[in-house]
Amino acid sequence: MNTAFLEHFAALPQEGPSFLAAMRRDALARFTAHGFPTPRNEDWHFTSPAPIVESSFEPMRPMAAPIDRSAIAPWMAGSDEWPLLVFVNGRFAPSLSSTASLPVGVRAMSLASALLEEPTLVERYLGRVASFNEQAFAFVALNTALMRDGSVIHVARDTRVSRPLHMLFLTDDAADGGVTHPRNLVVVDRNAEVSLIEQYASLAGGRSLTNAVTEAVLDDGATLRHYRLQRENMRAFHTGHVDARLARDAHYHSFSFATGAELSRINIYATLGGEGSGATLNGLYMLDDVQHCDHQTRIEHARPNCYSRELYKGILDGASHGVFNGKVYVHAEAQKTDGKQTNNTLLLSERARIDTKPQLEIFADDVKCTHGATVGRLDALSAFYMRSRGITAATTRRLLTYAFAAEVLETIELEPLRTALEALTLARYAGE
Amino acid sequence: MLTIDGLRATAGDREILRGITMSVAAGEVHAIMGPNGSGKSTLAQVLAGHPGYEVTGGTVEYDGRDLLAMEPEERAHAGIFLAFQYPVEIPGVSNAYFLRTAFNEIRKARGEEEIDPMDFLDVMAERLKLVDMDEAMLQRSVNSGFSGGEKKRNEILQMAVLEPRLAILDETDSGLDIDALRVVADGVNALRRPENATIVVTHYQRLLNYIVPDYVHVLANGRIVKSGGKELALDLEARGYDWLIDEPRTAGAGA
Amino acid sequence: MSSSIESLVGKEYQYGFTTDIEADTLPPGLNEDVVRAISRRKREPAFMLEWRLKAFRRWQTLTEPHWSNVTYPPLDYQAISYYSAPKTAKPLGSLDELDPKIRETYDKLGIPLHEQKLLAGVAVDAVFDSVSVGTTYKEELKKHGIVFCSFGEAVQEHPGLVEQYLGSVVPYSDNFFAALNAAVFSDGSFVYVPKGVRCPMELSTYFRINAEGTGQFERTLIVADEGAYVSYLEGCTAPKRSANQLHAAVVELVALDNATVKYSTVQNWYAGDEDGRGGIYNFVTKRGKALRNAKISWTQVETGSAITWKYPSVILQGDNSTGEFYSVAVVNNRQQADTGTKMIHIGRNTKSNIVSKGISAGHGQNSYRGQVKVVPKASGARNYTQCDSMLIGNRCGAHTFPYIEAQNNTAIIEHEASTSKIGEDQIFYLKQRGLSAEQAVSMIVSGFCREVFKELPMEFALEAQQLLGITLEGSVG
Repeated sequence: MNTAFLEHFAALPQEGPSFLAAMRRDALARFTAHGFPTPRNEDWHFTSPAPIVESSFEPMRPMAAPIDRSAIAPWMAGSDEWPLLVFVNGRFAPSLSSTASLPVGVRAMSLASALLEEPTLVERYLGRVASFNEQAFAFVALNTALMRDGSVIHVARDTRVSRPLHMLFLTDDAADGGVTHPRNLVVVDRNAEVSLIEQYASLAGGRSLTNAVTEAVLDDGATLRHYRLQRENMRAFHTGHVDARLARDAHYHSFSFATGAELSRINIYATLGGEGSGATLNGLYMLDDVQHCDHQTRIEHARPNCYSRELYKGILDGASHGVFNGKVYVHAEAQKTDGKQTNNTLLLSERARIDTKPQLEIFADDVKCTHGATVGRLDALSAFYMRSRGITAATTRRLLTYAFAAEVLETIELEPLRTALEALTLARYAGE
Repeated sequence: MLTIDGLRATAGDREILRGITMSVAAGEVHAIMGPNGSGKSTLAQVLAGHPGYEVTGGTVEYDGRDLLAMEPEERAHAGIFLAFQYPVEIPGVSNAYFLRTAFNEIRKARGEEEIDPMDFLDVMAERLKLVDMDEAMLQRSVNSGFSGGEKKRNEILQMAVLEPRLAILDETDSGLDIDALRVVADGVNALRRPENATIVVTHYQRLLNYIVPDYVHVLANGRIVKSGGKELALDLEARGYDWLIDEPRTAGAGA
Repeated sequence: MSSSIESLVGKEYQYGFTTDIEADTLPPGLNEDVVRAISRRKREPAFMLEWRLKAFRRWQTLTEPHWSNVTYPPLDYQAISYYSAPKTAKPLGSLDELDPKIRETYDKLGIPLHEQKLLAGVAVDAVFDSVSVGTTYKEELKKHGIVFCSFGEAVQEHPGLVEQYLGSVVPYSDNFFAALNAAVFSDGSFVYVPKGVRCPMELSTYFRINAEGTGQFERTLIVADEGAYVSYLEGCTAPKRSANQLHAAVVELVALDNATVKYSTVQNWYAGDEDGRGGIYNFVTKRGKALRNAKISWTQVETGSAITWKYPSVILQGDNSTGEFYSVAVVNNRQQADTGTKMIHIGRNTKSNIVSKGISAGHGQNSYRGQVKVVPKASGARNYTQCDSMLIGNRCGAHTFPYIEAQNNTAIIEHEASTSKIGEDQIFYLKQRGLSAEQAVSMIVSGFCREVFKELPMEFALEAQQLLGITLEGSVG
């Protein structure tokens, strides 16, 4: 089935700088050599990409009809006044976007324009962070070979951006049967600080594949808060890859919120490449019906005195299948590493299933690393306690489920977003 | 018994002790006081041979021997005991086993016979009373899951069992309520002997109401800035430390 | 500081001597004729040969697994001799007829095989290279209806039991090494404890590899009938040799309704020298099946072998069955261990408990790999896993690969793991109390392992502790 993608490649417009053409060819060659991973590949043990491979996706058609701003209101996730970059079916939609309120020192533009306006910046970083050299990264290779658009964010030295920047990727009626490869590049210079929302959502119910890659480069002392929301329709396929590279004293906070797609796989990777840097990777996935959602995180402790914190929670209903695969890798020179990883899963139904694999690989001796995982139902004791106080069984279940999710939602520092996601979660479990 | 002369020590790049001179004779109790970061805990640790500090100058003579040339365990064999400010947890090793091993090591080093587990239990039973501890704690892992007060009492219990010649109590009072403080102080007082000596390192005068010192030394910026009798401690309680510290504190002086 | 801690972990292998004895050894190489030759030497009934041949044919279709976190040069299966037995090892009327050289070997290993000097309370089956050379307390056990003998003897004396249970937990097709073992295994121990019998003493097998250029492929089968109880111990050593030797054993445990099987191992195969030359490749499949209300408990102390690849597992088939796994794995120098367990929850209200303690020193690489699987029908399953690693020095590695697969929402699974180093503060504290650096390290390590040691039968607990003492002994740098 790889030939479909080869045809997509052949059909790509021959444009853009030469470095990009070379990188695309290289990525395609890697993809062709390795093919798609199978469950025999340790990184894909619990998720088979076969449903994606077997669907012959075409390059996604452009937006069917102009979209009214009111149509995107449900996806504002906190505030509609935040600077906004909207993409529809993989292409930048300037009429829906608003970047006027960006402060001095921040540039936000589509990848297509950045290739023209900021070729040096793009060349320096694009494709340098997210590796595609292994079979496990076949989708990254495909994205690299076939990317058309996405966003490029650059935050200049010492700039502190108070309002978050929202990148919204939508698909519409014309998306059915199509694939897009959104590609984002985020560069945060020395001591700069910024919050980003990267959201994927559907305006229609067709089946499509979003294959997104986001690369983030954090210079000394930089801070990036990155909220990734995957809320595509329940037939969609979604593969996402985030790769952040941190320099000295940089901080990366990631939150992955996933409720959408029939089949999704999200990689969140961070390399702590400078002393004193740290990453916090949190996430919440709430699944139902036949949804399958796989999160793979990897924190690479490459330098001494770094920390990582990780809390992923899953709530699985129906016959859904959750997968969490978290790896903490501590290199020999990464002494004084402080790592903590937790994955908790709540199984609401008899048919739900979780596969979790929290891994530690440690080559340094002076480290403090722990991980923990729990799987279970709602706590019978608390449920009894609540019911003995007169709360009905149904309400008890809703409240306890919400409370389970709230613990991780509370870690979202961006208050309006936290409120919005809490409301979504409450509505989800209060709706019975 | 102990003669410290011009002792200087660093941790990493920072000089913490900048020439300490004092001497302790048998039967005496010395209190070392000073504000946070003055170097008093460092002095205690250096005397016990903590590998985290480098001695850069001065001499320490203990019973005619060069103390600084001795390994930590040799110092222990020679009768030096440090009650730690933060006693270390050793999960899975019972207090009884730990204490018996330590007790026998010290006996062995002195050419005495080792004691068997049953006899040792008798020794323990008696010493436990001294610090008001239950026998059950002998089976618990060393300091593991102990409350702050239990850890401090456990230090004094070890001291009672090992019977040191020179006991150094490093902030043994910190974090204790008044009842626990009294238990600890009573334990220390009960162990005082004319042939032994005690150095009490503390930030507060409070402990010295219970363990009455013969001498009080005030440490600031790694030096002894004043020495006196027990009334000096009361002075400090009333007036604080600032009046003694004429030179500006440098950023580098830490604990 | 860490270098001085590290210098404490050099060890001298005590059991590296060889016994000069004439042996009946098959030439190197593996084909159907070799399988037939082994079966013939063992005078096996037809069902055994059939089974071996099926296994061999299956093995030829399999490839050596390489998913574990260990590396080694390719093995040449045609360069190994698959059978070696001391020439004098005939069935013996009495232990006193044993070849003195073999007796001496076991004496040196601390296992007296004289009728007069037997270890009290422990019955021993001594396996020397490919064959059992003697079993103690057989008559005593027979009084209780307990069968404890070499596998070869069981095939002759109790073919019905063997045919019923052989391969019932680890089928010959299970994996590459299990298939190889099924084709060429030469001996091992067999235990059957009848209904309702509580075995009055510890049963034990002591495995010794002596011959050079041979592989050791023993097979142990333990069946505890309904309501029976048995505790079984396994010990292993081998001479120091500069070439690697393959040890591919299979252990099958069957615990019928209400039965309990406790299986303890102190594995001290030769680990190779400090540069990683020589040592045993210990590629072992161990698995138990627990029926209703049955309990299977694995305890292992793994200090030897150049490479260890083993996952003693429990299939919790029956309702209310229990599986336990307690493990200490130590790697030093160039040793690699990839070990852990699988707990497969199938029955209702099944419980499993996993405690794994890994210690890495030198250039050693230690991996815990464990699977907890709860199938859709296994309601009420409960698992608790505790997995701790300790690192000594900064050239070693500790890896944790747990796989948790829950397909039933009534399951409660908890997994906790931690990695830490021996603290300088801990060592200073103990030295301040008068302990030497060696004693301090040894005390901290045995404290770290205590939860596992307390699961070992008394005789083994002492041996294990001594073994770790030896492992961590050395001179202060």
